Amino acid sequence: MIRVVLPQHLRTLARVDGEVTLDIAGPVTQRAVLDTLEARYPMLRGTIRDHVTLKRRAFVRFFACEQDLSHESPDTPLPDAVVTGTEPLLIVGAMAGG
Amino acid sequence: MSTIRVLVGTKKGAFILTSDGKRKQWTVDGPHFGGWELYHVKGSPADPDRLYASQTSSWFGQVIQRSDDGGKTWNPPGTKPEDLMGPDGMPKGESNMFLYDASAETGQPLTTHQWYDGSQRSWEFKRVWHLEPSLTDPDTVYAGAEDAALFKSVDGGTTWKELAGLRSAKGQLWQPGAGGMCLHTIVLDRAHPDRIFVAISAAGTFRSDDGGKTWRPTNKGLASKYELPDPDAEVGHCVHCITMHPSRPNVLFMQKHWDVLRSDDAGDSWQEISGNLPSDFGFPIAVHAHEPNTVYVIPIKSDSEHYPPEGKLRVYRSRTGGNEWEPLTKGLPQQNCYVNILRDAMAVDQLDPCGLYFGTTGGQVYASADAGDNWMPIVRDLPPVLSVEVQTL
Repeated sequence: MIRVVLPQHLRTLARVDGEVTLDIAGPVTQRAVLDTLEARYPMLRGTIRDHVTLKRRAFVRFFACEQDLSHESPDTPLPDAVVTGTEPLLIVGAMAGG
Repeated sequence: MSTIRVLVGTKKGAFILTSDGKRKQWTVDGPHFGGWELYHVKGSPADPDRLYASQTSSWFGQVIQRSDDGGKTWNPPGTKPEDLMGPDGMPKGESNMFLYDASAETGQPLTTHQWYDGSQRSWEFKRVWHLEPSLTDPDTVYAGAEDAALFKSVDGGTTWKELAGLRSAKGQLWQPGAGGMCLHTIVLDRAHPDRIFVAISAAGTFRSDDGGKTWRPTNKGLASKYELPDPDAEVGHCVHCITMHPSRPNVLFMQKHWDVLRSDDAGDSWQEISGNLPSDFGFPIAVHAHEPNTVYVIPIKSDSEHYPPEGKLRVYRSRTGGNEWEPLTKGLPQQNCYVNILRDAMAVDQLDPCGLYFGTTGGQVYASADAGDNWMPIVRDLPPVLSVEVQTL
């Protein structure tokens, strides 16, 4: 069971409270998590990654285990702690300084 | 007794302001979609309970929202619980997808536009500025996008298709202005159902007479001496807003970057009607609901000073179709006012006397229940107002 923490605005859009839990068959990668997340919450399509290219939106970040995984390949396996559900994958709206 | 519903889009959410026909006491409902930019919220003329909203974010992109109950509840089209499982068990929910007509080989949009450095650049979707529901079908709605393009949905906003013929109207010469290359105005014509007008910054106005398949520029008479090397160019003009009274579909009014203009031949030619305005720069323009020759603008000092001249917030009204303008000031701040009023942030209701409404970048929404003679703020402290639309129920 994979735990995913969405930013507040996307929790509102998807109408979920707290963490989202996902069951993923096969290798647990960013791509697999996002595919499963968007399948369950289609209103999130296009909000985290581009509809067509599936590239991460510029101001969205992926954190886990105190690491920034945003620049990892979407097909790189996520850390074991995420795979086992010990740690969540955090999907974060990037800081906007001002 | 009629009900007036004012749909307000702001930088941080949408608000719905409601009053009875007296338009004195208002309830304020919102924010809806708090924290998101609501570029535009508009109701269907064919079903006033059907509302469409453009919800955008620099972080999370474009979301289209739809209400089927007059704004009480909202869903991205196709994502109601009963929608989410199709016949094959696959989820739907593509309402946020705006794909430009693209080459099958490269996936890139079929044409390019001009970039700041003179090079050609592919179209790239950024957001929806304007939603224009069909005059007759609640499930048909048009979306004006940045980068400038017109999209159409015939399934209540669930899926969108570009009317790509628009980009053939010299699209290779269009280039973004400071506010982006956006299609911000869509005017439908009840008398000519296949006719559509659009306005684009900074490209100009365009007309289709075949439901959006083919288009031509309609900018003859526009002069942009300080914005374009050829002041009379066929395209490239920074049109801010156009409007039409439904009883006179061949008469259009325009607020350009500089200049207020009028066309009496459905955009084939334009004449300046700025007359005695203190400044002919501005953003919105509106027509009285029952007097097709009565027009409203809100002068702004200049293209770099986006606030009213002399710090006085004045709506100007012409009862002669332009050229002769009178200031309307009662109830509006006449000193130290330095807000702006954006292009989609003024609208009229259909009551008699006609009501007029506008929102400011300072977060005020002002209303007049007597065609502009007297004004009062409905609400003063909203986020910067991006758009104002009115429904007369």
